[in-house]
Amino acid sequence: MMIKTNDIEPKAKHGFLKESTKNNLRIYKYNFSKNKLSILGLIIVLICIGFALFAPYITPYPQHAKEFVDFNNASQAPSLKHLFGTDVFGRDIFTRVIYSFQGALIMAIIVLGISVPFGVFLGLLAGYYNGSWIEVLIMRLTDVFLALPPLILALSIASVLKPNLTSSMIAVTLMWWPWYTRLVFGMANTIRKEYFVKIAELIGASRLHILFREILPSCLSPILTKMALDVGWVILIGASLSFVGLGEQPPNPAFGQMVADGSKYMPDLWWMTIFPALGIAFIILGFNFLGDGIRDMFDRGRQ
Amino acid sequence: MLRFLLKRIFLGIFVIIGISMLIFILSRIVPGDPARMALGPRAPEFAVEELRKEMYLDKPLHEQYLFWVRDVLKGDFGKSINSKRPVIEDVKQFLPATLELALFSGFIMVIASLLLGIIAASFRDSWVDSAIRIFSYTGIAIPAFVVAVLLLLVFGYLWPVLPVLDRLSSGVIPPSRITGMYIIDSILTGNFKTALDAAYHLLLPALALAIGPLFQEARILRSSLTDNMGKEYISVATGYGLPKRALMGKYLLKPSAIPVITVMGLDFASLMGNAFLVEKVFNWPGLSRYGINAMLNKDLNSISAVIIIIGVIFLVANILVDIIMAYLDPRIRLGGKE
Repeated sequence: MMIKTNDIEPKAKHGFLKESTKNNLRIYKYNFSKNKLSILGLIIVLICIGFALFAPYITPYPQHAKEFVDFNNASQAPSLKHLFGTDVFGRDIFTRVIYSFQGALIMAIIVLGISVPFGVFLGLLAGYYNGSWIEVLIMRLTDVFLALPPLILALSIASVLKPNLTSSMIAVTLMWWPWYTRLVFGMANTIRKEYFVKIAELIGASRLHILFREILPSCLSPILTKMALDVGWVILIGASLSFVGLGEQPPNPAFGQMVADGSKYMPDLWWMTIFPALGIAFIILGFNFLGDGIRDMFDRGRQ
Repeated sequence: MLRFLLKRIFLGIFVIIGISMLIFILSRIVPGDPARMALGPRAPEFAVEELRKEMYLDKPLHEQYLFWVRDVLKGDFGKSINSKRPVIEDVKQFLPATLELALFSGFIMVIASLLLGIIAASFRDSWVDSAIRIFSYTGIAIPAFVVAVLLLLVFGYLWPVLPVLDRLSSGVIPPSRITGMYIIDSILTGNFKTALDAAYHLLLPALALAIGPLFQEARILRSSLTDNMGKEYISVATGYGLPKRALMGKYLLKPSAIPVITVMGLDFASLMGNAFLVEKVFNWPGLSRYGINAMLNKDLNSISAVIIIIGVIFLVANILVDIIMAYLDPRIRLGGKE
């Protein structure tokens, strides 16, 4: 029996993942699926991604997502032909809502994809060189950025740029990194005093090795948790920018812009406002549930 | 405590200087010529040149900044391109309406979240508790401007019991200006009917701002209350036979409120931001609407002024939160935490 188990052991290591990693993944999966809401969140998020990817195939009138006018069918209430009704130009609201998922998701991906690595890197630097001028420079700059309400900072950055989707992404990216810098700064500052970091220093490991291979892995799960929770926030800020007219410009559809547009025709053409509004709520709710699930996953995983 | 406060204020001044530089740099890297934009494409070149000189646009960037700081310190924030008068005049006109809105909705937020939190904790796992939980999930997911639009639809048109436009009913004379906040001014001048009317008009916009954070805060209070309920000192107090109300009011609420107050401070900040959107929906004549217009028209001095003022309000709110925390938690007050 003893020999047999020994025979199996090395074989297991030939798999793609290490045995310990597999075990961790199993625990993560268990923790995640324990909360029903996180499963619901995952489903909603997958649906949203599906909408964004397959928008041209799902929507009945893909041409309505661009410049399109059909006054014969304008301002129609929801019906089987137009599920969410049509707007004052005769464009199908359902089509435009589905297409809006694209912009929202692209925004979240690009904003977090740029701001997180940047913020994390600065946080690592500041945490590791705590007490030096590097830390003072980075953290005071962070203080300044965090001293304004997020939406106002994003608005003011977006306002000096040309109003379009790219500018709103630049604005949100510019205001998002400090949150990660502050988060990582605190952790890196504690971790750098740990023995494994000290030993790496003694052996003569390079600064980059210490920052990225020694300190960063220990910070990873809070970073990922925050990212998961932030997706909803980014989408919300993006929708707010587009609501005041500093995001995607018509005729391209975007949630906030459609709500703003529809609210002009409020009581009569209620469908012009309500359905894009529900679209925003749907996608943010999904990401929030998913984010909560991911947080629980890491929290319980550590226990 | 005093040292702690002084430190906070000192840090705050530093941050404001930082914000001013940030905003200044941002507003001067705008593509395009602000002077040309202010006068329009058909203005003659010499007029544009003159305005450029007047706005110090011909000087190097650091000198422009110093000129601008001088204007700020003089108290007029420079001249607005749109309204052609010192920005401070515009601010004086529009700030009170926003401040009134923010304070009123902050007031609703605090009172309602405390009440709901206590109710949820006292009737744990009842339907009230679950209802508050569901609202807290949806409250975070629905942006304030969507809430505003929905409220407008429901109360403005389907069930028109609340006013949706303007700060006062037509025919009601605004109170003579003391603070510019209608409720306070009317109470100060003894005109309670007007005060009530103003509060009535404030209700919907304020609710639109407060609803999102309110339920979330109630949830946080609920969980910290239930955490503390399990502590030994509460078991002892229950054992002594203290009535439930005294227990809640005297021993439970104070320590449990600390995490909520931190969140409230943050929420008040995002409330100032969301006011930008809600004012647009309700056509509220406040600073945020003014700010949005300035942003859309690239009125640089006005944008900078609005942002700096909001930064200062945010900072003062944070310092206030610190003071309240110190009052509630002797560990902070006595410096044990540092």
